[in-house]
Amino acid sequence: MELLVKNGFLYDPLSGIDGERVDICVRDGKVVEKVDGKKAEIIDASNMIVMPGGVDIHSHIAGPKVNAGRLLCPEDHRTRDRCARCFRNCEIKTPITRSGTGCAIPSVFTTGHIYTGMGYTTVMEPASPPLKTLHTHEELNDIPLIDKACFILFGNNWLIMEYLKEGKIEECAAYVDWVLRAIKGYAIKIVCPGGVEAWKWGGNVHSLEDKVPNFDVTPREIVRGLCKVNQLLNLPHTIHVHAIGLGTPGNYRFLLETMDSVRDLQKEDEPVIHMTHCQFNSYGGVDWRSLSSKADEIAKYVNSHSHVTVDMGQVIFTQTTTMTGDGPFEYLLHQITGNKWMNTDVEVESGGGLVPIRYSKKNYVHAVMWTIGLELALLIEDPWRVFLTTDHPNGGPFINYPKVIAWLMSKRAREKVTRKLPRLARARSHITGIDREYTFYEIATITRAATAKALKLESKGHLGVGADADISVYDINPKKTDPSVDYKKVRKAMFKAAYTIKGGEVVAERGIIKKCKIGKTFWVQPKVSEDLTQSIMPELTEKFKDYYTINIGNYGVPESYLVNHEPLKVKSKL
Amino acid sequence: MAELKLTLKEKPKVPVEAEVISPDVLAGKSVSEIASLNVWEGNSKIKIGDLFDIEGSTDGNPEATTIILEGDLTKVRRIGKKMTAGRIVVKASVGFYVGEEMTGGSIIVEGNAGSWAGSVMKGGSIEIKGNAGDYLTAGIRGICKGMMGGTITIHGDTGVELGYWMEKGTIRVGGNTGIFTGIHMKGGAIMIEGDAADRMGAGMTGGKIILMGRTNILPSFFIDGIKKKAKVKGEKIEGPFYVFTGDVTESGKGKLFILKEKNSHLSKFEKYIP
Repeated sequence: MELLVKNGFLYDPLSGIDGERVDICVRDGKVVEKVDGKKAEIIDASNMIVMPGGVDIHSHIAGPKVNAGRLLCPEDHRTRDRCARCFRNCEIKTPITRSGTGCAIPSVFTTGHIYTGMGYTTVMEPASPPLKTLHTHEELNDIPLIDKACFILFGNNWLIMEYLKEGKIEECAAYVDWVLRAIKGYAIKIVCPGGVEAWKWGGNVHSLEDKVPNFDVTPREIVRGLCKVNQLLNLPHTIHVHAIGLGTPGNYRFLLETMDSVRDLQKEDEPVIHMTHCQFNSYGGVDWRSLSSKADEIAKYVNSHSHVTVDMGQVIFTQTTTMTGDGPFEYLLHQITGNKWMNTDVEVESGGGLVPIRYSKKNYVHAVMWTIGLELALLIEDPWRVFLTTDHPNGGPFINYPKVIAWLMSKRAREKVTRKLPRLARARSHITGIDREYTFYEIATITRAATAKALKLESKGHLGVGADADISVYDINPKKTDPSVDYKKVRKAMFKAAYTIKGGEVVAERGIIKKCKIGKTFWVQPKVSEDLTQSIMPELTEKFKDYYTINIGNYGVPESYLVNHEPLKVKSKL
Repeated sequence: MAELKLTLKEKPKVPVEAEVISPDVLAGKSVSEIASLNVWEGNSKIKIGDLFDIEGSTDGNPEATTIILEGDLTKVRRIGKKMTAGRIVVKASVGFYVGEEMTGGSIIVEGNAGSWAGSVMKGGSIEIKGNAGDYLTAGIRGICKGMMGGTITIHGDTGVELGYWMEKGTIRVGGNTGIFTGIHMKGGAIMIEGDAADRMGAGMTGGKIILMGRTNILPSFFIDGIKKKAKVKGEKIEGPFYVFTGDVTESGKGKLFILKEKNSHLSKFEKYIP
């Protein structure tokens, strides 16, 4: 099947194309040099923007935690969110699509439909405990249209902490390799290193030098150890770190220290650490009253060090549900808000919590949080190292991405919100003094190209020859529209992509799904040497008997469970 | 004063979402216009005319409109949703969510009402002559919202979790209530003529419950004293009553007035009266 996207203004930062009229030719799901103009299906994109399909690096879309959120918040299936008025909270079954509900935590089908409607084609589920990854894959299998992968939680794993305590980096790498292959994960995710394990004893870690109870390792050792493991295994993505002390005043120090702890491990100017949802970790002050934005400090560090990439974790003023593997933080949030709370423990590996929350403009803390997210994106100069996320659903549901884009592209749009914030929040943030406005090229970078590059998904995030034909077309004329004035037009257009093309087929038009299919699930196969794997197996089997309630043979996710999956073979250094 | 009579032709097999049956929507419409309004029956859209025989007329002003409903309406939900004025009279039993989010007007149900009657109502009045189901005036599952105003009167019994997260308004129950009466209550008043099942006032932080029948007290309530009278909206009710304050687990200041006469088993608390 052939397709020709004609006359669009192409923004393809990985190929360096900035708004030029380029036709895109597609054959059999790949971008090619030329197609037969007479036979091919022609998509007229004149006066429209053409971008590669969106790549979201951090969005909790599947897994046991997400499902727990659906159970905890049944009201989410019913209440219509005022901020997302254009989205029907209840999707009605059509001959093509299945029905679904939900706003902060949409059901699996709805998740796929909304993402596709917005022009996103690849989404990463960032936190899956190894033991529960079977569930994550079951849900990922059901999310239609988008390509996806899941990151695996390693930061509080007993076995990892034992290996790192003994200094056995190679054995640790072999174990990580074994787990990733067994359960089909994509990258190493670290959530509050050591803190979740400490939370199982009622505590937390309060600095990078705090010892984890019973394990005698520090958060610094865990982050550094797993960073080395990541390099040994040569995994496509860097370590994906949620720093300690998240959501507490004065926690920007931990973020800076965590970033700095792996600075010496950088080789060849490549990033070695990704700090996720930095907004939640850029707070100054000593208590909630004196909370202030330290986005400038974080931006200063990121601007001067090339070993880090970050994502925003922007807050949206709306009702949402927070869900994270960081159990102690959720307990804190429950105490502050008094909302319902759920805590989970995953044996040996991890934990987590859930609390619904409404971010309000009138609330001083929420207002500061809102400014920090945008400040990070605006103060970090290199768009290749800061990505657009709302940490869905922690900062706000992903349907609000077009709003964030409008705020980034227009100072006027930001001012409209800033005017309504508490005076103190305005005074303690830097947002009013920032004049920077993103261009379409930069937006294409932070939502597509840079994320695909950070994930090393070589066929995603660009539309050069050989790339996957994941294309989104938005109905804005960049030559006639000034996004800083017409931000509403940009927001509307970004919410409903004129065309979303996935794998060379038009799957959505104006946000309405025209064709349903199942996207790919990516996973990595690092494969360390057979001898090394064999050398850890006897000990691992023993530890499974001691620690887990399940047998090692029942631990993995067989390939037969995955529908339409694609293993990425990487060459490890071991 | 215009009267519109809707008679159910046949009891629907699956629930019907009939939020259009409200004076605000129907006022000023002709019979044929009303008959062509849509309702959801299960997953299919049907016309009101397919479901009801329609007689009478409506007034342009919702306040002067009375809607009379006949037939077994236990499968018909959300009657009078968000109504602001006018009257609805249901001659038989009605399904879930009658008078949901209503802000004015009145609803009279001559039979029984399903669960969530008067869900999150803000004003107006509902009178149910039979029994009411569970979650009277409560918001939908998972939401921390309840009755915000208005009055609701039930002559019969009610089910569990009556007045969940109630903030304002008055509920009067002629019969007995199920467990967790006034759970998470923040304000307003509940008056119960009959008995209340256990765990009354669990998690309440404000408001008052006046009980004329028997009940048991949660351990998280403290006795305040004995009072001769209780007051609800200016009306004085003769006691004497045991007065309890709680729920202390939520540092609440809700009041329970429990008739002394019928609760001799609570006399053991008298020695703790400060």
